[in-house]
Amino acid sequence: MGNGAGTLTEETVVLIKADNDIVVARQQGRALASQVGFSPGEATLIATAISELSRNIVLYATQGEITVAAVANGVRRGVVVVARDKGPGISDVRRAIAGGYSTSGGLGLGLAGVRRLMDEFEIVSDVGIGTTVTAKKWKQ
Amino acid sequence: MPVPILKQRDYLIASIQAALNDEDLKRLREALVAQVGELRSRGVIVDVTALDVMDSFAARTLRDLAHMSRLRGAETVIVGIQPEVAFAMVQLGLTLEGVAAALDLEEALTYLDRKTRERARAK
Repeated sequence: MGNGAGTLTEETVVLIKADNDIVVARQQGRALASQVGFSPGEATLIATAISELSRNIVLYATQGEITVAAVANGVRRGVVVVARDKGPGISDVRRAIAGGYSTSGGLGLGLAGVRRLMDEFEIVSDVGIGTTVTAKKWKQ
Repeated sequence: MPVPILKQRDYLIASIQAALNDEDLKRLREALVAQVGELRSRGVIVDVTALDVMDSFAARTLRDLAHMSRLRGAETVIVGIQPEVAFAMVQLGLTLEGVAAALDLEEALTYLDRKTRERARAK
């Protein structure tokens, strides 16, 4: 979670229940990233990460929420994406992030890919309780 | 958000105009595969220039479309993948393997013309 000195300036929360919410979440995430000053290219990377994270919620947990917020750390600015669900949880988080691991017939690259798209990545998952993924990207 | 499908000679051209959700993408795949049969098309071009994000689902759906169309006798070309979208796809490990890609419509048509000629000669 970086140096923990992040200051929240703005945030947007999108409830994820159906596939259309995936589009809403990534569009709002892109808008916020642009506001923070990310280039269209970088905003696309953030939007793609949000798309993957919210799809995981629809596929595995049925519902949850995506929060996108502006963060600052000294002069550095960035965005944090938090994907939260109360789904079944992931029993082997290490394998899930390593890629090539999937139980839904997907590409099995979601989390590993999100980690590559963003600068910081943290996942907390408890079986039967839920999963929270926190990913940050800092402006170059 | 339905995607308009145009017919030009032996080819179908689908130009995505806005962000698509999963249902829209599946509908596009079904419509194209059906029309390949109905119109005896030899090629399918999908223009993704306006697609905001190519995530794992979109990539898989387009790949499935290309493979299904091939089984029905048509080649598929994906057109207009933006540089940042391409970068994100690489980071995600999405490859669209077995699917042709072209920079623009002109290039895609040239590719399909060549493919169609090759196939006619092979007969």
